[in-house]
Amino acid sequence: MKDLHQFLISPLQAAQQHGPNDRIVMSSRVRLARNLRAASFPGWAKKPERVKILDLVMPAVSALPEMADSFAEAMDNLTTLDKQILVERHLISREHAAKNVGSGIVLNRAESFCVMINEEDHLRMQALRPGFQIREAWNAIDRLDSALEKRLDFAFDNELGYLTACPTNLGTGIRVSAMLHLPGLVLAEQINPIIQSVNKLGLAVRGLYGEGTEALGNVFQVSNQMTLGEGEIVIVERLEKVLSQIIEHEENARLTLLEKKPKTVFNHIGRAYGILANAHSISSKETMNLLSLLRLGIDLDLFPGTARALVDELFLTTQPAHLQKQIADKLSAEERDLLRADMVRARLKDVSRPVTK
Amino acid sequence: MQCCVCKEKPATVHLTQIVGEKMQKLDLCEDCAKAKGINDPTSFAMADLMLGLGASQELDPKAGAAEIKCPRCGFSQADFKKSGRLGCPECYQTFAEGLAGLLKTMHKGTRHTGKAPEALRKSRETGDRLKLLQKKLNKAIEAEDYELAAQLRDEIKALSGAAPAKAAK
Repeated sequence: MKDLHQFLISPLQAAQQHGPNDRIVMSSRVRLARNLRAASFPGWAKKPERVKILDLVMPAVSALPEMADSFAEAMDNLTTLDKQILVERHLISREHAAKNVGSGIVLNRAESFCVMINEEDHLRMQALRPGFQIREAWNAIDRLDSALEKRLDFAFDNELGYLTACPTNLGTGIRVSAMLHLPGLVLAEQINPIIQSVNKLGLAVRGLYGEGTEALGNVFQVSNQMTLGEGEIVIVERLEKVLSQIIEHEENARLTLLEKKPKTVFNHIGRAYGILANAHSISSKETMNLLSLLRLGIDLDLFPGTARALVDELFLTTQPAHLQKQIADKLSAEERDLLRADMVRARLKDVSRPVTK
Repeated sequence: MQCCVCKEKPATVHLTQIVGEKMQKLDLCEDCAKAKGINDPTSFAMADLMLGLGASQELDPKAGAAEIKCPRCGFSQADFKKSGRLGCPECYQTFAEGLAGLLKTMHKGTRHTGKAPEALRKSRETGDRLKLLQKKLNKAIEAEDYELAAQLRDEIKALSGAAPAKAAK
């Protein structure tokens, strides 16, 4: 069995992956839901049937050329901590992290493809890309799906398209999403009208970890909701249009803030720096929210010589499971807060105070 | 009016949202409204709530429909009410009647227009083309344009001969 932690890209490397527009679009993702024709959906199948499905699907996925040198493992072979780390990396859903016998994961070396087996559907295949690359992600997952349909018999109906456990995913089974860092819109108090208008277009806006989570660190996930009645390309193009608009609004909000309320912006960023660089105990939530402001400061050139990657790395390494992984003993939440503050102080040692005129 | 989430307390929060061309209405009690974050628009998307409600929706309210079970997997309407998910791919046929209405409220359309597995793509295209020709043929017959009708009939024959137009269903 491969060790997940030797396999995973280090947070340092992960933070250095770049893509178009990545100062606002942190990552892009397209996932497809697929099911086998002659089997019950994972939520209804009994354990032996789920195991049978896993034993059929996992080798088929691992055999694809794109998945050569992959991490393929049954969920019951992963520790709770490993699963939590995969959630913090946005590679699996929180729902999937709760699975055990009869579910699995196949992740490729570059972490550009991750397939969840027996989550809500038999297959949830995702293509992941840094920055604003939803079309590239769609092309990649489309190819993976076409290769896989030669090895597995997918449930498909002429009228209804790909059949999924939940009718909300029926048809294309597609969810196109992007993770956006929108501190400008939040500070300018324009985020609510933006969310509302995006909702009106039939798109969902969610927090950092998807469904039902809060927007920690000013990070929002925008995705399509409807999957039946229009083609994948139409959905991808709509998302592209809407995301471009949101990017433009965020850039404008930042410019306007700097012009009209520079003191407010400097105050927020300066305080965030002050706390992060000097705190001796800090929660994960506060860290995320302050790191978001630090990231904004870097985008606005207030920290010359400091790369955005530093913040993106801390975004990962200060999360509870990543923090716990560095220490052998089981930590309490209070102990984690101390350790987190130590780590952040150490990493910010060489970052000087924000330069403001 | 009862709250449509907990089905216990009276509904005092009434919400209407227009998504595309569809109007969605929700009636909630104060507690459920608060729990769903309706006072806080940042965390609230009505569609999420609607989709969540799918779980408590009846697939087919007709008498006797409750007893229908999927012949392949034994899944019933009551199970759908509990989880909002179906039992197996065949359930879509078993519960087709009840699902039709639900799909209309959830999606842009009720017919898939996206990607299809390559093995089915050809027969899918042929099927679509046959349907179109049949429509034209009916029209031609109605219009008593027998020359065109004969031509269309031959075309249909050729097409269904070349690739038996079996629906993938």
